[in-house]
Amino acid sequence: MLEFIGLLLLFMVIAAIVAIETRDLLAAVISVTAVGFGVIIAFFYMRAPDVAIVPIVVEVLILVILIRATLRVGLRTFIGNRDFFGMMVTMAMLAVIFLAGIRVFNDFPRFGVPVMARIVDAPSRFYIANGLKETGAANIVTAVLLDYRAYDTLGEATVLFTAIMGAIAVIRKKARKKTTEPEVSEWEE
Amino acid sequence: MADKGMTPIVKTITGWVKGFIMLFGIYIVLYGHLTPGGGFAGGVILAMVFVLLTLAYGREEALRRFRIGVASELDSIGALMFLVIAILGIAGTLGGKFFTNYIAKANPGTPFELFSAGIIPLCNIAIALKVASSLFLVFILLVLMRVIHDPREKA
Repeated sequence: MLEFIGLLLLFMVIAAIVAIETRDLLAAVISVTAVGFGVIIAFFYMRAPDVAIVPIVVEVLILVILIRATLRVGLRTFIGNRDFFGMMVTMAMLAVIFLAGIRVFNDFPRFGVPVMARIVDAPSRFYIANGLKETGAANIVTAVLLDYRAYDTLGEATVLFTAIMGAIAVIRKKARKKTTEPEVSEWEE
Repeated sequence: MADKGMTPIVKTITGWVKGFIMLFGIYIVLYGHLTPGGGFAGGVILAMVFVLLTLAYGREEALRRFRIGVASELDSIGALMFLVIAILGIAGTLGGKFFTNYIAKANPGTPFELFSAGIIPLCNIAIALKVASSLFLVFILLVLMRVIHDPREKA
């Protein structure tokens, strides 16, 4: 199991490097999506279909949007030398974070040992024991999302709502107040 | 060119599968409290139906079926519905707390049946309305924005 996850991680790292280094925008978009599908396969392999379904549909939608946005616009990638000083600073920061990360990884619990297996009064133990009785939802993930942790879901919905509101306000063509020459609105059709 | 739609093969197959995709999305939403899925995943699938229509038939056809005003209103209705469900829990007779599952407390249905789990299916429907219209709006805004600002289309 760990070997398969490791191979998947290697594939995702290679795809991410391809996405950064390629000059072709379409290839970059497809490589980013390949990284996403690597995550999805890992979720399925670790038996979390509830978590995996949302990335599948969102990946496909984002792939369509990005291809449609990149192919027709004809954006150009920049070709040039990287800033030497900035790159050295970045490498130094990465080295520090990597060295600190090694210590953290040593303290991690073993793979496949969740929190509720180590801590007796973990909240997840309570949810699994009482979720069906208290909420009546057979799917424990939905019971946690929409009953025990409904505040989180409300915040998530608020983020989406605000993002759409901002996008409509910024991209709208016609001003709300009439200026000197009124333009034909493109949205109301 | 692409705005007028794709080849007749794509259009015909889109016509066949669009109903099934929509049905699958509705199933994912309604059975979110029983099987994997839920409001967010089902809402994205519902939005993909209209994205597929936009790609296959062109944006005029998709906008004729799902107008931007309607999408914007459905977005707000979904958000309001979610909030109203949450705020109703504050009422003293219903439980007294924000997001109390008052229907499941008053009338616990049989688990593993469609009409169970109280407010959870209602919240799923509200989130699905919100997500479906929001993501369709994002897609159509990006498509329209590119058309308006693309100098080659003006020429």
